[in-house]
Amino acid sequence: MTDPLMYSGPAWSPYLVGALIGVLTMLTFYFSNKPLGASTAYARIAGMVGRSIAPKHTDKLPYYEKKTPKVEWGVMLLIGIVAGAFLAAWQGGELTGAWVPPMWTAQFGESADAWRIAAAVVGGVIMAFGARLAGGCTSGHGISGTLQLSVGSWIAVFCFFIGGFVTAHLMFRW
Amino acid sequence: MTASSPANARAASIGNSDSTRQLVLGLLFGVAFGFLLQKGGVAKYHILIGALLLEDFTVMKVMLTAIIVGSVGIFALHALGGVELHLKPTRYASNVVGGLLFGIGFGLLGYCPGTGAAALGQGNWDAIGGVAGLMVGSYLYAEMSGTLDRTINKWGDRGKLTLPDIVGMKRSTFLLIWLPLLTMVLYAMDRFTVR
Repeated sequence: MTDPLMYSGPAWSPYLVGALIGVLTMLTFYFSNKPLGASTAYARIAGMVGRSIAPKHTDKLPYYEKKTPKVEWGVMLLIGIVAGAFLAAWQGGELTGAWVPPMWTAQFGESADAWRIAAAVVGGVIMAFGARLAGGCTSGHGISGTLQLSVGSWIAVFCFFIGGFVTAHLMFRW
Repeated sequence: MTASSPANARAASIGNSDSTRQLVLGLLFGVAFGFLLQKGGVAKYHILIGALLLEDFTVMKVMLTAIIVGSVGIFALHALGGVELHLKPTRYASNVVGGLLFGIGFGLLGYCPGTGAAALGQGNWDAIGGVAGLMVGSYLYAEMSGTLDRTINKWGDRGKLTLPDIVGMKRSTFLLIWLPLLTMVLYAMDRFTVR
C-alpha cells in the first residue's frame, strides 16, 4: 500500500508557513482590499480565451458580466504563485521536472502514467466547476472565508475534504 | 459599516484592481504566496493526497495556523478601521454541492487551484493538465451560470452569514471562545499526528 509519509515532507514548519500566510492575508486586505484567493483567476483567463474565440457569446454569459475577463490583481497573483513556487523550489533544491508524481506510479504502475494526465485534466474540470458553484477554493473559502467566520466557507471547506476523502480512498485505499 | 467609515475611505483610495500599482502588488503577493506554499510542502502531490487520505496533516496545520493568525490580524485591522471585510455569501445548496464536486476534483487532480499553480512552478508538469482542466471547468460554469443563478444559487441563500450570527453572539465574544478552540485543535493535531 502506498504511504504518503514515505515521501519528502515540507521544507519549512507548517506552523511557520501558516502564520506567514496569515500575515499575508492581512497585507492583501490592507494594501489591495482583496482576500487571498486563486480560483477566480482561472475563470478570468478562460474568459479571455473565450472572448478571443467567441467575443459576443462570452460577454453575454452572466458570470462574465460580474467577473470581467481581464488581467487584474487576481490574475497577477496566480502568475506570481507559479513564480514564487519556482523560486522556493530552486532555492531549496526541490525542482522536480516530472510528468508523474512518484506516489501515482507506485500505486498504479508505470503503464498508468498517461492516466495521470487524464485524471489531472478531468479533475481540474470538475474542481473548477465546483469552485465556482461553491463560491471559492481552498484559499478563497478555505483560508480567507473561514478566517472571517463565514458559515458558507466553513461548509464548503468541509465538503472539499469529504469529496476529496472519498475520491482519494477509492483511488488509493480501495 | 457606513459609507463614510475610515475603512471604506481607505478601500476607495486603493482604486481599481487593474491599476498598475495593484497589478504589481498582486504579482508580489502571489510570489510570496507561491514561495510559502512550496516551502510548506503543499505543492507536493503526496502531501495533498495524504491530506485527503487523513494520513498527512501538513495541509490542515498550514490552513489552521493561517486561519488563526489571519483571523486575529484581519479583525484587529478591521476594528482599527484599516480594512473592510470580504465575506462570501452563504448559499447552502451551492456550498454543499459545489464543495463536494470540488473535493472529487481535488482527489483526481491532487492539487487545488492555488497549490496547482505552485506545483507547476516547482516543476510538476502534470499540473499543466490541471490548469487546462481548471480553465475548461470555469468556462463550463460561466456557460451555465444563468440557469444556476436562477436555481441552485437561490436555494438556501442566506447572504453574508457568519458563525456568531448563528449562535447569536457578538463577534468579539465568539472569537474569545473560537480562537482558543481552534488553537486546541491545532495542538491536538500536532500532538497526535506523525506529519
